[in-house]
Amino acid sequence: MTDESNAPSAAVQYWQANLRLLVVCLVTWFIVSYGFGIILVEPLNAIMLGGYPLGFWFAQQGSIYVFVALIFFYAWQMNRLDRKFGFQED
Amino acid sequence: MELATLTYLVVGITFALYIGIAIWARAGSTTDFYVAGGGVHPVANGMATGADWMSAASFISMAGLIAFNGYGASVFLMGWTGGYVLLAMLLAPYLRKFGKFTVPEFIGDRYYSKAARIVAVLCLIIASITYVIGQMKGIGVAFSRFLAVEYATGLYIGMGIVFVYAVLGGMKGITYTQIVQYVVMIFAYTVPAIFISMELTGNPLPQLGLGGDMVGGDMTMLAKLNQVVHDLGFHEYTTQTMGDKINMFVYTLSLMIGTAGLPHVIVRFFTVPKVRDARMSAGWALVFIAILYTTAPAVGAMARLNLMNTIQVGEIGSPTGNLVYDERPQWFKNWETTGLLQFEDKNGDGRIQYYNDANADFAAKAAEWGWQGNEMVKVDRDIMVLANPEIAKLPNWVIALVVAGGLAAALSTAAGLLLAISSAISHDLLKGVFTPNISEQSELMAGRIAMAGAIAIAGYLGLNPPGFAAGTVAIAFGLAAASIFPALMMGIFSKKINNVAAIAGMLSGIGVTMLYVFQHKGIFFIPGTSFLGDMGANWFFGISPNAFGAIGAVVNFVVAFAVAKVTAPPPEHIQHLVEDIRVPKGAGVATGH
Repeated sequence: MTDESNAPSAAVQYWQANLRLLVVCLVTWFIVSYGFGIILVEPLNAIMLGGYPLGFWFAQQGSIYVFVALIFFYAWQMNRLDRKFGFQED
Repeated sequence: MELATLTYLVVGITFALYIGIAIWARAGSTTDFYVAGGGVHPVANGMATGADWMSAASFISMAGLIAFNGYGASVFLMGWTGGYVLLAMLLAPYLRKFGKFTVPEFIGDRYYSKAARIVAVLCLIIASITYVIGQMKGIGVAFSRFLAVEYATGLYIGMGIVFVYAVLGGMKGITYTQIVQYVVMIFAYTVPAIFISMELTGNPLPQLGLGGDMVGGDMTMLAKLNQVVHDLGFHEYTTQTMGDKINMFVYTLSLMIGTAGLPHVIVRFFTVPKVRDARMSAGWALVFIAILYTTAPAVGAMARLNLMNTIQVGEIGSPTGNLVYDERPQWFKNWETTGLLQFEDKNGDGRIQYYNDANADFAAKAAEWGWQGNEMVKVDRDIMVLANPEIAKLPNWVIALVVAGGLAAALSTAAGLLLAISSAISHDLLKGVFTPNISEQSELMAGRIAMAGAIAIAGYLGLNPPGFAAGTVAIAFGLAAASIFPALMMGIFSKKINNVAAIAGMLSGIGVTMLYVFQHKGIFFIPGTSFLGDMGANWFFGISPNAFGAIGAVVNFVVAFAVAKVTAPPPEHIQHLVEDIRVPKGAGVATGH
């Protein structure tokens, strides 16, 4: 998935920055849904968020809010990367 | 006003709107027909994607699934939303940059193979047709229950409406009707939810009401629900699961990958002007979807509580604690006539006992009170959303709105699926494989004919649903997850995957998934043909067949990488193609050339 060359071109640097951003986003995506909503649901349910057991809240509410925020965060960061490396449209 | 008159009025107004838009948004070119001219605003596209995605199943069935599966139904909530994260980050922007009309076209070009394109077309058509049958059924049921017309007549009316705007307007007509349909749908879903949340918790926001306190008590809504269901022998609501942890994990993953790989959703991102619009648009789509998906848990939980309280009116075990059958509310009678709600007075006391008789401890206790089994012999989960406004005694206009919303959900998804099918036929098979020299006008005509044909087939299958219709959701998501998603993702993120590797991966992914589904449900769902019948249910780590797409996807990835290792890398120009789609600069409007 990576290109090997001694002096990476702008396209390669852009792509690697994109991949780093992707890893951050997808790790968050995994933690809030599979981590908090499924794997750790019992211990988290001992904590209450208002009337919600926390694990239950992540599974039925919280993870969805985080998904929305993640996509906008990714879009915003990618717009920055587009400009930084000169790949923005028009 | 009478409920029937009101319903005709509301549904009639929405249908008139859809047809008006169809006449206004006629398609003049293949670009209009396939990608709505490529100039749809990202927020508008997000809204259309929301309507496209949220089907009769999301609108009608999901809250019922949640009501009866509690925490276990989280797999649907996370699975059907989390896929948009994958779509926004792994597929949509790159496919938009690629700038063609269809998903199989990308697979055909990237893997420089007509065979790969045809495999993708087959997956797309099978997945979309199985999906569309459900929408057609939803339309027929909504008409027959609320507008007092025959199921078949209802289906013809629905087909007629879709025909007008999908054949005339193609993607352009579909996009603008979907935007209106989203608005109708979201009003219809949230208005009753707000009323019910107010009534039970005093909080107008269902998302907060579900986590709030009950009106006139110091108990939280969820604690109350847990107590009510537990006292009648059911599993506690907030901890009830669907299979074990592994099954829930894999199920969620399959739905996420399947969501990201469904072609009728992906093509919506071909309609926006720029790559950065595709990223933003996925975010907006999820915003619009999340409004419904975060409301659904409240609708499900509150409907369950209302249902239990309607029947168990007094103390459990006391002779007068249960509702007298002759005093049952009107909505109960309405749904009994449809057969979706059934009561059987097992102990002959004229009262309704609704409890979990599969729970041995509780059943023993119940027997001491003279209860002789659960008397609500059928409570179809699909009625929860439709019956909810009646259960909560909401005004008639709310009920009429819910009917229009259910129809909007079914119509918008059906149209999106039909477009995916017709463009696969006219653009991928006809133009791409059989008659490459076809003129644009002829291709547009072919697209319209394919659309009309697809509507006719979907209508026929809606009228004569094949016996296996219920099991086919597994196929739609399984195919998308096990074949289309991995092929697209590897096409973008790896330059090493060649034509042979991609085809081998897709076929083995599909093969493994189908094998597991058929092993459980019979070959092509024919009962009694499930080979290896003695393997036990869910024999692979307790994973249910509907959840197997993720395993198919893993097999696809592994096989593709293994084959790519031992075969020659793709030619130079393909590697350049991959480099090109990775950067946004230079994206034009989607074309078919």
